Amino acid sequence: MNYLEMYNNQTVSINDIPKLKYVEFMESNLQLLKNKPERHCVNYFGVKNENNITVYCCIADDNKHQLYISSSILASDATLSSLTAQNHNFEKFEREIHENFGIAYFDHPWLKPFRFSHNRSDKNISIADYPFYSTESEELHEVGVGPIHAGIIEPGHFRFICNGEQILHLEIQLGYQHRGVEQLFLHKTKLLERATLAENIAGDTTVGHTTTFSNLWESLCDFTPDHSLQFSRTLALELERIAIHTGDLAAICADIAYQLGNSVYGRLRTPIVNFFQEWGGNRFAKGLIRPGKINFPFTPELAQRLSDIFIAYERDFNEMSEQFFSLPSVLSRLEKTGIVTSDEALEIGMVGIAARSSGLVRDIRYSHPNNLYIKSFMHKPKIKIQGDVFSRVKLREEEIHQSIFYCKKLLENIPEFKKPENIPFSPGSNKFTLALTEGWRGEICHCAITDENGNLKNYKIKDPSHHNWMALAQSVRNNEISDFPVCNKSFNLSYCGHDL
Amino acid sequence: MLSLLLIILTSIFFMGIVIRTKSLASGRKGPGILQPIKDIIRLWKKGSVYSTTTSMIFQIAPTIYFSSIVMAILMIPLGNQSGIISFGGDFVMFAYLLALGKFLMIISALDTGSSFEGMGASREALFSMLVEPAFFIIIGSLALFTGHTSFYEIFSTLNYGSYISYLIGALATFVLVLIAMIENSRMPVDDPKTHLELTMVHEVMILDNSGFDLGIILYATPLKFAMYGALIANFFIGAVPLEISIPLFFSIQIIFAIIVGILESFMARFRMSHNPQFIFLLTSVSLLIFFGVLLVLGKFI
Repeated sequence: MNYLEMYNNQTVSINDIPKLKYVEFMESNLQLLKNKPERHCVNYFGVKNENNITVYCCIADDNKHQLYISSSILASDATLSSLTAQNHNFEKFEREIHENFGIAYFDHPWLKPFRFSHNRSDKNISIADYPFYSTESEELHEVGVGPIHAGIIEPGHFRFICNGEQILHLEIQLGYQHRGVEQLFLHKTKLLERATLAENIAGDTTVGHTTTFSNLWESLCDFTPDHSLQFSRTLALELERIAIHTGDLAAICADIAYQLGNSVYGRLRTPIVNFFQEWGGNRFAKGLIRPGKINFPFTPELAQRLSDIFIAYERDFNEMSEQFFSLPSVLSRLEKTGIVTSDEALEIGMVGIAARSSGLVRDIRYSHPNNLYIKSFMHKPKIKIQGDVFSRVKLREEEIHQSIFYCKKLLENIPEFKKPENIPFSPGSNKFTLALTEGWRGEICHCAITDENGNLKNYKIKDPSHHNWMALAQSVRNNEISDFPVCNKSFNLSYCGHDL
Repeated sequence: MLSLLLIILTSIFFMGIVIRTKSLASGRKGPGILQPIKDIIRLWKKGSVYSTTTSMIFQIAPTIYFSSIVMAILMIPLGNQSGIISFGGDFVMFAYLLALGKFLMIISALDTGSSFEGMGASREALFSMLVEPAFFIIIGSLALFTGHTSFYEIFSTLNYGSYISYLIGALATFVLVLIAMIENSRMPVDDPKTHLELTMVHEVMILDNSGFDLGIILYATPLKFAMYGALIANFFIGAVPLEISIPLFFSIQIIFAIIVGILESFMARFRMSHNPQFIFLLTSVSLLIFFGVLLVLGKFI
């Protein structure tokens, strides 16, 4: 067997993971993905040992609900053939390994710096000399946007090559933030510190990342969360999805200058995030999800309150959506703009709502369910096939309906909440754990490895934006440059989730 | 003289009404009617900062742009009161004075060397170019209809005409409202509220302007609106006495501002490549007016 089979949130011994020669490792993982649209690479990362580097590759199979883990040991100064040359799923992962450990790939098609992290191997390269793809043509012109985003003030540089109004090529350069989140996970040893770190990985996906971290940590420490913990995580995930999707609809309206939609959707987001405030004392659900406990029990009064919010929300939301999705001037902006075909989506390895808009059935809630996703209700992913901005926007609207339905279903059966207590967690030694969660944006993957004393040796985070930034760059090709903002918003990717 | 005064008065509250209409349409209270003009006055009190890559053109362009609009306003009559400047064929000078101001703004945007501003300038140039035939066909038709070639004579004769003149007036109003929207870079062609440089037309051209310069560029928008509003008002103000024509003038301007606000509230802006199509539509409506005039005059079988 060339790989270890495991399930989501399962902890395995690190010694059980097959260690392959690089050639076999490459062959095995490429074969796993070959002509299998239901499989994709969820994580591929390196861990530094004393004098060599171990790389772990994790492939998810959506039909069998399994994860295939394999590893290989590389010399520190190795020059290797890249997996990317044959499958683009690995493109960003290999760039990261190259940047962090100095491993050279002679046939990687796009071996550029990835996120300029502080612990990169080559400190001589700086973000100022990023090697942009450029053109010498007289007819074409380049437009540089950023590194400060006009709307949300997160840094990222976008370099367009245009023929008049038409975009021929877009290159997105990120890596301005140098946060070192993964290293902080190793340095900060208290559980509270780590949980706080997890909720700040991406500010808009607090519940997604804290749930992933909590599930992972509980599995690593062999603790089984009770029903009330799973209930609150599932409910919070769905509420976060409703809140952010509604905010995204408002932002799309702002980008196409549809004022009515902007103000109505913008107003509708507020009661949902305010409910988080009522429940857990923070509008972005910070402090709500913690490993082993929940400090804020979900009471029947809160349930009643949430039902009331949904009644008021749905009335206005349905009326607004009916108007929005039938207005000719809106449809003419959204339809056939920023198309990502399902073949492209597969090649990029897209995840989450963007993948589902391009016809890929990728949803962790359905393929690798955790918490209550299989126990309380069977999730059936909603799929769109056109892959344009309209599909991504319409899918948001449909997922909001779906999430409200799930929330109502959860509210029918509210579990008993225990008094929160601090459980003395101690991770097992030489363990490997992988946790996947479907955040509102898509698949979140956290991966932890412990050493022989049970201390964290490596903590690897992957936000769905990691995969999807490339999809944005693809989607705008041959579109008008003035349609870039609406394409960008329809993906709504995270900068900080990328610049870990 | 009177029309100049009335237009300046209108420009003080015009944008306030547009913004208030938009606020009410989206369920907000909105700022006071005089807030936009207060913002402009605040800018007037500030100094300007100039980028070192720009030349003299960038510094003189806002002033020339502004004065070209003021000069164009001098030609607008009010009912049977002629404008300060009035001569045969003054509407040609009117159009090209505005074009001169726009030309200066376009080259000043190019002068900054920013790729955004170049993009905005090219869009603005294209849209203004496409608007020009619509304006000339309308005023040309009216000149043919009345047999006169100055604003004052055209409007004073038009008002003594038959009912058909009101029909032509209504069509011309429709076209002029939309011309005003396009010339002022408002919806559905451009979105003045956007923060996205890549989709801007007019806003992106003035990204580098600051302080007093920015103030006069921003003040040009309500002035131009009031100017087009005055042109529209002239279609309806006959040789009525002043005590009727002045309130009529203001009510037409207020209705115009409310229409602008409503247009901007309930639709999304067009895709950039659909804009030329839309502007051509105005030209075809003006051609309708032209054929209508030919029919009335019996020059058309």
